[in-house]
Amino acid sequence: MDQNDINRLRGKTAVVGLAESGCGLASGWSAMEIMASAVHDALDDAGIKLKEVDGVFAATAFHSMAAMSLSEYLGVKPKFADGSQIGGSSFLSHILTAAMALDAGLINVAVVAYGSNQKSAGGFKTISEAMPYEAQYQPRMPVTAYALSAKRYMNEFGATREDLANVAVSARDWALLNPRAYTHQDGPLTVNDVLSARPIVDPLGKLDCCLVTDGGAAVVMTRSDRAKDTKNTPIYLLGAAMEHHHRMISEMPDLVQTSAIESGKRAFSMSGYKPNDMSTIQLYDAFTINTLLFLEDLGFCKKGEAKELVKNNNIGPAGNLKVNTNGGGLSCVHPGMYGLFVTLEALRQLRNASGDDVGQRLNGGWIDNAKLSVAHGNGGVLSSQVTNIWGVSDTL
Amino acid sequence: MAENLAGTVGPEQQFKNFLSEGKFMIQRCKSLNKFFFHPRVAFPGSGERDLEWVEASGNGEVYSSSCNRRLPEKGGDFNLSLITLEEGPRMMARVEGIDPDKVEIGQKVKARISSLNGEPAVIFDIV
Repeated sequence: MDQNDINRLRGKTAVVGLAESGCGLASGWSAMEIMASAVHDALDDAGIKLKEVDGVFAATAFHSMAAMSLSEYLGVKPKFADGSQIGGSSFLSHILTAAMALDAGLINVAVVAYGSNQKSAGGFKTISEAMPYEAQYQPRMPVTAYALSAKRYMNEFGATREDLANVAVSARDWALLNPRAYTHQDGPLTVNDVLSARPIVDPLGKLDCCLVTDGGAAVVMTRSDRAKDTKNTPIYLLGAAMEHHHRMISEMPDLVQTSAIESGKRAFSMSGYKPNDMSTIQLYDAFTINTLLFLEDLGFCKKGEAKELVKNNNIGPAGNLKVNTNGGGLSCVHPGMYGLFVTLEALRQLRNASGDDVGQRLNGGWIDNAKLSVAHGNGGVLSSQVTNIWGVSDTL
Repeated sequence: MAENLAGTVGPEQQFKNFLSEGKFMIQRCKSLNKFFFHPRVAFPGSGERDLEWVEASGNGEVYSSSCNRRLPEKGGDFNLSLITLEEGPRMMARVEGIDPDKVEIGQKVKARISSLNGEPAVIFDIV
C-alpha cells in the first residue's frame, strides 16, 4: 500500500463533541459512572442523540472488556466496537480505528471514552500483569522504567535534574491559567521545589511524576460531511499513526529513542504539515522525561537538544512552544491513562480559537488563532506511541 | 513442531530450572550465531527456531540504573538496573554490594545466582 492510500483518511472524520467528567476527586462515583457521564456530556456538546451512536471505543484500568461494558451501560448496540488496551495511548489509537470504521461506512457516530476513580478508590490503578523476567526484581512500575530512561538520557546528553525540572515548572505555569487544572490554586513551582521533592525512584522525584487523580473524558466523531451540521465547530483528524517496539522496559531497544519517531513521522506526513506548523503541542507527560523525549522524537528539535528547548520557560505560557497548555499530566489531571486528556486539550484550543465556548482560562491560557494541534499519546513504559494531528476547517 | 507440548516445558520454565541448578543460561540462535534474552520459542523478529542454551559468561555492563526508594521497615532502598551482557542481550536485574544510588552507567558487573523472595534470581556485583 502506498502513502496515498493511507493518506485517504486525512480530513475524512472530525470530532464534533467533547467532555470531561469528575476530574480531580469524584468520591462516590464509579469509573463507569464517570466515563458514561462524559459520554452523555460529549453527545450534548455535539447535539447528537445517544440512539445515533453505533461505534463504541473505550479502555480503562477497571474493565477488562471496557467497550462492551460501556455499550451495555449506555444502552447502545454498536455495529463496531474496539477496546484495544495499549496503555494510556489507547484512545489515540481508538480515534484512528474509529476514523477507519467511519470512513469504511461501518458506523456513523463513534464515541471514544475513558473513566477512572483511582484517586478516590485508593491510588494508582493498573490491570497490568506482572512482567516475566522483571517482576521478581520488584520494579516500582511504571516509575522505575521512566527513571531508567531519564538516567540514560542524562548520561548520554549531559542533561541534569534541573533540565527535567524545567518541564514541571512550565507545566505548572500553564495549570495556573487553567481553572480546570487540579493544581490551579497551588501556586507556581520553582526548579528547587522539583529537585527537593521526595525522591521516588532516582533520578525522579515526586514532582517529576504525574498527578494521581480521578477523571473521565469522551469525544464524539463523525464523517466530515455530517460534521458540518453539528452544534459546535468540528475539528478534523488530519493525521494519525501508531507504533510500538516493546512492552517491558528491559526490551526497549534504546532508552532515549521512542517509537514516536515513527508514529510522528507518519502522522505528520498524512497531515501534510510539519511540527513547526503546530499552534499547540500536547504531549503525554506522565513524567518530566517524556516531554523531552517526545519534543525530540516528534521533530521539534534534534535528539539530545530538548534540554535547551525547555530552558527559560520556553514551553510555558510566555514561551515560543505552546506545550501541554492545560498543565499536562504533571499539573492538570492524570487518572492513570492520560491519552484522552491530551486529545481534549488539542481540540479545546482549536475550538476556542474558532469561537466556541469551551471554558474559561486566565489571560494567556488560550492560544490565539490556533489552527493545528498535535496530540501525542504514550502507553506502557515508553512503549506504545500514537500521534494524532488535528486541524480547523481552513487546514483541510 | 509444537503441536503436542505434553511432557515438555517451555523456555521460561527451562530458564528457571537452570537457575535452580545454579546455571545462568541464555539462548543462542545457531544459524544467526546471535544471543538473545529473554527466553523465547523463536528468535525475535525473524522467527528462526534453531535455538540452543548456552551458559552466559556473566560479564556485563550497566546500561542504566535506578535507586528505588522504599521505607526501611519494608526493606529499604534498592537498586534496579538494566545490564547489557557481554554476549549482547540486555536484562533487568539488581546490582548489589554497593549503595543502591551509587551504581553508574558503564560500570562493569558480574552475575551470580542469588535468591529473591525464595526464588533463584540473577544478581550482579560491581567488578
